[in-house]
Amino acid sequence: MRYAMAIDTRRCVGCSDCVVACQTENDVPVGYCRDWIVESMSGTYPELQLEIRSERCNHCSDAPCVRACPTQASHVGKGGIVLVEESECIGCKACIASCPYDARYVHPEGYVDKCTFCIHRVEKGQNPACVDVCPTHAMIFGDMDDLNSDIAKLVARRKWKTLIPEAGTKPNIYYLL
Amino acid sequence: MVEEIITSGRMTPEVDPILHIWGWEIPLYLFLGGFAAGILFFSALFTLQNKENRYSMAVKALPLAVPVLLAIGLGALFLDLSHKLYFWQLYTNIRWESPMSWGAWTLMLVTPLSILWAASWIEDLFPNLDLRYDWLKEAIRTIRQYQKPMAWALIVLAVILGMYTGILLSAFNARPFWNSAIMGPLFLTSGLSAAAAAITLLTKEHAERSLFTKIDLILIAVELFFIIHLFMGFLASTQVHIQAAEMFLGGEFTVPFWVWVVGIGLAIPALLEILELRKRFVPTYVPALMVIAGSLMLRFIVVEAGQASRWLY
Repeated sequence: MRYAMAIDTRRCVGCSDCVVACQTENDVPVGYCRDWIVESMSGTYPELQLEIRSERCNHCSDAPCVRACPTQASHVGKGGIVLVEESECIGCKACIASCPYDARYVHPEGYVDKCTFCIHRVEKGQNPACVDVCPTHAMIFGDMDDLNSDIAKLVARRKWKTLIPEAGTKPNIYYLL
Repeated sequence: MVEEIITSGRMTPEVDPILHIWGWEIPLYLFLGGFAAGILFFSALFTLQNKENRYSMAVKALPLAVPVLLAIGLGALFLDLSHKLYFWQLYTNIRWESPMSWGAWTLMLVTPLSILWAASWIEDLFPNLDLRYDWLKEAIRTIRQYQKPMAWALIVLAVILGMYTGILLSAFNARPFWNSAIMGPLFLTSGLSAAAAAITLLTKEHAERSLFTKIDLILIAVELFFIIHLFMGFLASTQVHIQAAEMFLGGEFTVPFWVWVVGIGLAIPALLEILELRKRFVPTYVPALMVIAGSLMLRFIVVEAGQASRWLY
């Protein structure tokens, strides 16, 4: 099983609902966020192209944060979800330095925190909060190893990219183009 | 041209707009760790060569400072942790892939060993010292019997300690400026050089000062070579590595690096040391302090610059 997320850059309008849903669902402290919106403008006027992306931890299959962690607090959980065990985290911040996506932060209580793919919801068979709240249905969550899952079919059919694949982390968030 | 803006108001403390998770604590520790490693290396090396009486500052006296240097360094590391009460988790786990774990375990071995090592020279340094308790005298006598095996262990551990401080940084692929295999050898050489400089600063023996001035000169030359190699490696690599190098070749770190580390920390003291060896009058403490200051600055600048360098997407 390999949980992944596909985010349709053609549907995303950058409304930030996913960001707010995550903050509410996961009690993210004020001033912090586990997911965020990037607007990427490319080209030269008047030939401009705008891409909007909802970004978060890529739950990499080869996660540098898990390798950098000296205590196994950063670990790979069910379905390849990268998690932090608060009671094992010493706050050395090696995982933050190792993440090319800057997806982690130090929680005001001292431990390092990040997106969990809402594992508490996924375990009950629900979607992550950001996915369920998206008003344009731009996000799809599921198991990439199940070839009949919606996400596997969509990724097989559509053009997609991942972020900085050249960093070698094997990210699991697919951006549909 | 691509321009990317985070529009959802992500302003994560210590991460945005540029990473700043490590302040003064980590570079200070990296310096003290490397410096201590250098002192232990020379002390163990010349013990194994049976030259402990000839180079008594390097072998016997300076190692007394090592437990203190390591204690300050460990204190700085502890201050840096944001979830302090859980620090013991470092010692309930062994993680081969994590340089941080390597460091924690190396320090666990080096720190007590450095205390025993310093204790083993106490009677040589202070012949009139009254140790008072018989068990203490007995303990030190026992430690002395194991000086040779301890020296072998210390040589290996000192190299690991001096090298790992650089590998800790170079293992972070996510920060292009750190991501060079040269960092380990560069930090090791810099630590050895600072230790050699400290020996020339403190010794009263002419032969010892002269030898360690020569050693320091060679180490400075090696360091300069590594620095050139570091930038050659970056400039021959990917776009993000080239941009990381450009921070030092015209960018914001140009002046601090080339003036402090290369000028004041390496080139000028090297010239002064050459003059000194040619019997011109140069106060020894001038090049020695410059080398030590440059070694400290190297850690601060590298830690800062690594955090300022990043991948593009």
